[in-house]
Amino acid sequence: MKCTEFLALLDDLIDGTVNAETRAELEVHLGGCAHCEVVFSTTRKTIEIYRSHEIYDLPDGLRERLHTAIMARCKKG
Amino acid sequence: MPIIQTVAGEFEPHPDVALVERVRGGDVTAYDTLVRKYERQVFRIAQHITQNREDAEDVMQDAFLKAYEKLDQFQGNSKFYTWLVRIAVNESLMRLRKRRTGKMVSIDEDIVTDEGSVPRDLADWAPDPEQNYDQAELAEILRKTIQGLPQGFRIVFVLRDVEGLSTEETAETLGLSIPAVKSRLLRARLQLRERLSRYFHKRKSPKDQRPKAAGPREASSRAQRSKEQGLGESGSEK
Repeated sequence: MKCTEFLALLDDLIDGTVNAETRAELEVHLGGCAHCEVVFSTTRKTIEIYRSHEIYDLPDGLRERLHTAIMARCKKG
Repeated sequence: MPIIQTVAGEFEPHPDVALVERVRGGDVTAYDTLVRKYERQVFRIAQHITQNREDAEDVMQDAFLKAYEKLDQFQGNSKFYTWLVRIAVNESLMRLRKRRTGKMVSIDEDIVTDEGSVPRDLADWAPDPEQNYDQAELAEILRKTIQGLPQGFRIVFVLRDVEGLSTEETAETLGLSIPAVKSRLLRARLQLRERLSRYFHKRKSPKDQRPKAAGPREASSRAQRSKEQGLGESGSEK
């Protein structure tokens, strides 16, 4: 497997949507290609970091104010 | 109860179905529950698209009000959350258009670049690299990095990887084909990875200092550094 072929299947590997046979081929490539191993592990880490860190926080005070405004309008019908 | 959707399992309706039914029956408190459940997600999506806090606040209000008004049009062949996200995305794009005085805004803009489709920075990252930054610094790095992505990639990444929509739901929400979502997601992930590498790569020696993100004493140099790194300033629209 070439690096470009690996890259084309990178998302499927990360998302766990490859079949067992393809996964085995990808893992063989990973075992022998340090560059693809770095791309794979750091891309996975990128997703994990964005998933686990709140970068646009909605403070409770603002949240309550917006919530109250929405519900007041809804109750008016 | 009518069969509206069975997303939680083949025989078990999603809890939102019962809430939507109660709202349709005139129970406003059930809508209160739905708003509380999804307000953070809607606000986050609006921030990612508009990149402006005031706009995101307006979008959040407008999206929930529109969803309430249009609840009769909710067919139930998708999750309530996905339906709500579609409204929030459309409201956000409308808000951007208003900011740009009527100029059309689409999720397809700014995606001509091939940057990041082939990885260039192949240096490994430090273990748990985010621990080298405090919470505020890290949040600023993550904000600036994702703000630098083309809009059409950013929305796909946010819906798919941050908000947890499936590829199919993301495609339906944005009116894109599944191959288009997959292609954009891969490029978004690779571009973000590439851009984050400058902050997270292993330091080879004590001289290799990490780039600082948000120190108050470096405010004057921040704009210049962002320019050099191709990153937009926080709060800018694009």
